[in-house]
Amino acid sequence: MQAKKEQKRFGREKLQRIIEMCTAIENRTVDPFLLDVDNIIKVVKEYFPQWEEADEFNLDSEAIHHLASVIKLQSEWVKHCSTSLYTDPFLLEEKITQASKEEMLSVFLKAWHPLVELEQLSIHSLAEAMRYWDGLVPLKERWLDLDVQEVAMGTASRDELVQQRVLGDKFFSEELEGYWRELKEKVKEKGVGGKIFYWDFVGADTYEDTVERAFLTSFLITYGYATLEIHPLEEEIFIKPFDKPNTEILTQQSISIPIAVTYESWQKWKRGELY
Amino acid sequence: MRKKTKGVYASKMKRATHMLFYRRHQKPGVKGWELHKALGADYPKVLEILDDYLKSLDLQVKTVFEEEKTPSGKPSLEELGKARFYITLRGELAPKESKMIGWRIDDLAGLAVAIAHIISKKGQAPRKDVEKLLGEKLPGWKVGFNIDRYIRYGYLQQDDNDQLYLDWRTRAEVDEKALINLLLRSEAQTTLPSEASNEENGEEGVEEQEEEENL
Repeated sequence: MQAKKEQKRFGREKLQRIIEMCTAIENRTVDPFLLDVDNIIKVVKEYFPQWEEADEFNLDSEAIHHLASVIKLQSEWVKHCSTSLYTDPFLLEEKITQASKEEMLSVFLKAWHPLVELEQLSIHSLAEAMRYWDGLVPLKERWLDLDVQEVAMGTASRDELVQQRVLGDKFFSEELEGYWRELKEKVKEKGVGGKIFYWDFVGADTYEDTVERAFLTSFLITYGYATLEIHPLEEEIFIKPFDKPNTEILTQQSISIPIAVTYESWQKWKRGELY
Repeated sequence: MRKKTKGVYASKMKRATHMLFYRRHQKPGVKGWELHKALGADYPKVLEILDDYLKSLDLQVKTVFEEEKTPSGKPSLEELGKARFYITLRGELAPKESKMIGWRIDDLAGLAVAIAHIISKKGQAPRKDVEKLLGEKLPGWKVGFNIDRYIRYGYLQQDDNDQLYLDWRTRAEVDEKALINLLLRSEAQTTLPSEASNEENGEEGVEEQEEEENL
């Protein structure tokens, strides 16, 4: 009995190690061909008859799942090797290390065909600009002094602020968390690969609601509840929720990504012309 | 009748030139469907004529197909519609000419190394590996700065796991196959004494500014 228990423990450890190795390969830190697939399958088969508990079967299926991913990576690698772009990375690295910067430059210039663009004012754009300038109301007329009545300072309760719509009826963090849950559910329902088109998430029946949702979405991203995935060439934007809030984001330097939520874009989305 | 056809094509060619040379979106280039809309169904023919005309100026109309799926035969109208068209240099730049584009030798060589390394790693490489490789010949402070610049200009892109990939500008500007072949064949060391000494002396501020303007 004791021996059987010991053997099971040993088997579980082996499966754990297999999973760790496969994960390292999936994360591209180890060469996929370092794993002897036949040997691993033999080990999995050897211990399989001993599993009785649900978590043991779970571990077994997890190991098989990761092994399948490694085999997929191996197959991708073989496919890549058969293409004309394949080069032995070690040979190439050697070449790169040996080459001087002048040599690298000379090689690169033979394969580099930079884009050509023009930037120039035209008479048409100048005329357009002049028309705009003529029609522009002077600042002193646009920014008229507001006639604000002076009032004494006082205090307001939270309920009063909610009543006046300065605050929402929920705390912002609660609202944000609820919104995050909604995002995760939507991704499960309509998303592909753990993400959903930005407009499919923020888009609502009315333009006002859409703007409010876009506003809340920006906080989801800023506070690390979700991230944006942008495909610039296809001009597609996806939103991808994190399983747990990523608090590290708050300590990193962030960049701002402007997304125009205009009435025209909302109408386009309604017509199914925008993602 | 022939004169009329010639006139139609000349006017379409002008329109295509305007669309391709002047940036219409955040990124340069024009999608096939936009050209179709502006020039009509025969826009591939218009681009062919324009490309032929640009030959004498050492420029070309470059087609980049969606997701690097370059069709083996003649591309279909649907494939062309999704492709992006650019105007690029047809021939090569001489090393001295690269200065005109506003890049330092170090930065261009670093870009070449990063691109070649990513290609050899099947189109994806951890950022720290690229940093290590560049760090062998570039000062540490410059390595991260340069990689960020390559990302900003659209040569490389980085995902949440700090993996680097080739981005749209590399696909539009760099002949990846030629780069690898040339690199593997390169043996003799090409030295550019005047260039190298100028580089060491600096004027980086001016070049940085030029670079921002050019890209």
